[in-house]
Amino acid sequence: MHYSTWKTVSVLIVCLLGFVFALPNALPGDTAERLPRWLQPVTLGLDLQGGSHLLLEVDVDSVVKEHMTGLVESIRTKFRQERVRYADLGHDGTKVQVRVLDGENVDKARQMLREIDPQIDVSAGDGGNFVLTYQDQALVQRRNSAVEQSLEVVRRRIDELGTREPTIQRQGADRIVVQLPGLKDPGRIRELLGKTAKLSFHLIDDSTPLEEALRGRVPPGSEVLPNAEKKSPEDPPSYVVRKRVEVGGDNLTDSQPSFQDAEPVVSFRFDTVGARRFGDATKANVGRRLAIVLDGKVISAPVIREPIMGGSGIISGKFTVQAANDLALLLRAGALPAPMNVLEERTVGPDLGADSIRAGAIASGVGLVLVMLFMVAGYGLFGWFANVALIVNLVLLMALLSVLGATLTLPGIAGIVLTMGMAVDANVLIYERMREEYRNGRTLINAMQAGFERALVTILDSNLTTLLAAGLLFWFGAGPIRGFAVTLTLGLFTSMFTAVMVTRLLLVLWIKRARPKHLPIEGIPA
Amino acid sequence: MMILHRLLPQTPNFDFVGKRVIAFVITGLIILASVISLGTRGLNLGIDFQGGLLMEVRTQARADLGAMRNTLGDLSIGEVALQELGEGGHEVLIRVQRQPGDERAQMAALEKVRQALGQGVEYRRTELVGPKVGDELFFDGAMAMALSIFAIAVYVWFRFEWQYAIGAIIATLHDVVATVGLFSILGLEFNLNIVAAVLTIAGYSINDTVVEYDRVRENLRKYKQMPLIDLLNLSANEMFARTLITGGSTLLAVLALYLLGGEVLSGFAFAIIFGVLIGTYSSIYVAMPILYYFNLRSTVTKEEEPAKEEAAG
Repeated sequence: MHYSTWKTVSVLIVCLLGFVFALPNALPGDTAERLPRWLQPVTLGLDLQGGSHLLLEVDVDSVVKEHMTGLVESIRTKFRQERVRYADLGHDGTKVQVRVLDGENVDKARQMLREIDPQIDVSAGDGGNFVLTYQDQALVQRRNSAVEQSLEVVRRRIDELGTREPTIQRQGADRIVVQLPGLKDPGRIRELLGKTAKLSFHLIDDSTPLEEALRGRVPPGSEVLPNAEKKSPEDPPSYVVRKRVEVGGDNLTDSQPSFQDAEPVVSFRFDTVGARRFGDATKANVGRRLAIVLDGKVISAPVIREPIMGGSGIISGKFTVQAANDLALLLRAGALPAPMNVLEERTVGPDLGADSIRAGAIASGVGLVLVMLFMVAGYGLFGWFANVALIVNLVLLMALLSVLGATLTLPGIAGIVLTMGMAVDANVLIYERMREEYRNGRTLINAMQAGFERALVTILDSNLTTLLAAGLLFWFGAGPIRGFAVTLTLGLFTSMFTAVMVTRLLLVLWIKRARPKHLPIEGIPA
Repeated sequence: MMILHRLLPQTPNFDFVGKRVIAFVITGLIILASVISLGTRGLNLGIDFQGGLLMEVRTQARADLGAMRNTLGDLSIGEVALQELGEGGHEVLIRVQRQPGDERAQMAALEKVRQALGQGVEYRRTELVGPKVGDELFFDGAMAMALSIFAIAVYVWFRFEWQYAIGAIIATLHDVVATVGLFSILGLEFNLNIVAAVLTIAGYSINDTVVEYDRVRENLRKYKQMPLIDLLNLSANEMFARTLITGGSTLLAVLALYLLGGEVLSGFAFAIIFGVLIGTYSSIYVAMPILYYFNLRSTVTKEEEPAKEEAAG
């Protein structure tokens, strides 16, 4: 059996590299941390190191709906200014319709509607009916930017919390994946991400008493909003609030939790535009009440005592310290353009992760010993050769996982254990073939050569089919299952290499040293 | 040393294909039982596919399952299943069925459970899957199974002949149906891990079948006059030692995983153990007898050049 020098050298180099790259995995954690970036242990999945995985969905339809509402409001304002009489103004979530009442104004109205936004198609029907729709491209663009903005806001909110190494990625059209290693309680994150945090300042509408508004007689341009903090019986259950936004939360530059009269409050500061608007609004409405609205609820409605020109103020809403902290954080990080839903959450505590690693390590160790004993029981000395190949295989697998930056999950460990069992198959095929060839009358060297060559076809065929299955598993697999597919796939490659190259090298060395007369795995000399 | 080969017959000569009628009856019964159970009992789908909540908690004192069941039962969140884990009696697995309504309803249920359990427990694992993701995971899992079987068939067809592809596909399908059927019959939880296990079983089974077919193809070129039934038997017997040793080593490794790998992986390992057994059975007793019914010789003699190494064999 021949094995060229360059082949020997390259096999040894591959094995050596494997040992070097796999080494960090065997070192204690703090030693490994001081190693260079290219020489790091394998990344552990959230199920092993503990942490939280959240799949969020941005409710993009609500963005579209909001645009529709905005469109309705601007049509109302325009028509009023120009004294165009209209009826049936409203939207159904996809299109806005309006009926212009006086015939001579229809042309003028059409012109006005067209001027609102070039991205809107205006179609006129009979009897002064108009239908306005956003162009598809405009909708796609708006949805997309809503998701992008949400991603940014999520990132800022999580950064504010100071979690270590969070991963925040967009997935598909309207989803965001958040991975937070080491996070113990995802409850707070979930609470923070679950809030849109849309802040706005509105005037309270005094023209209609609340009781009447609750009976359905809400003046146009106003709405009834619930009171967020109803602490005492005197507090009204809700307020009649003007729809018009005096100042919005997007004009905030900073907000911090603080205390006033020993009560937790949130202080805020506007940018220049916001400060001017806030100043104008408060100057013109001294004595009236200003509603501070967060996510559709009134958190407080103080009376404006004097114009506030400095551009800063405080929100006092009977907060707890935690609530004040959270609100300040949310206002700093900005509002989400749309609400988000949690589609999926998987959290593993660090204890369970450590338990899983321990169980995985024990199972791997015991599995390895069992397989090795089995191979020795089956093939004696050749079994040991196979065992050396198996260990090299595991080392290479760990090295590949580390170098490729793959994530090792609990199912991934299962993949490694399974690989150990299946990896010896290549060796078994080769050895059985050798026995057959030897029994059929070939010389020792000849039989071994033929064993390798003929078994190779079978090994390739059988491994490629398994590879197909593993590849599809990776393609369709979710989360941890992918980790399983990765180790299984890489394990197939490394086991082909070790069974064919490493075993062969060992056998060649053995032949040179021992100068055998017969095939040891056949028992009876031919 | 080499105890195994002393235990195995040196040159086994089993009449595998001759027993095909018995094998077909057994195979038929396995499939029938699986299909009937799948049709009537269905699968015990885990939250991965069904949506819902799963929590693993550790209590400070010994967990009082009865009290916990009462507390959680009063929340009006539908069916709550409790299961004790480990030996200490401190760990409890809580499963809450999918809540009617959208993703927000699942979230609300999670909050309710956490509030009801209070501060005294430690959350080792929390999984929440909304209906949307559950449906997607189910679809993806089914797609992966269907596609992998299809891809395997195409590969075998490409590398061998269509007869082999049919045999391989039937053997693989047999293993997949039997494994899924076993989970249905035993009422074991069917989750994402089990899908991975089933696909692994498909991979293992096809691996076994391809190794056998490889030998059949080789022998067809080598022994041009041998009756097909003898040739199939010869091939299976020649590969018998390999089949047992590879199967044995895989079983040992997975057995270690089943016994020591922890609760999360035990279902997965259980499926693989069954899969290795059924996969080994099917590659001998399903995949081989099927070839008997195809006229394999015609394709071989037409295309193949005379085998060169006949003299050696």
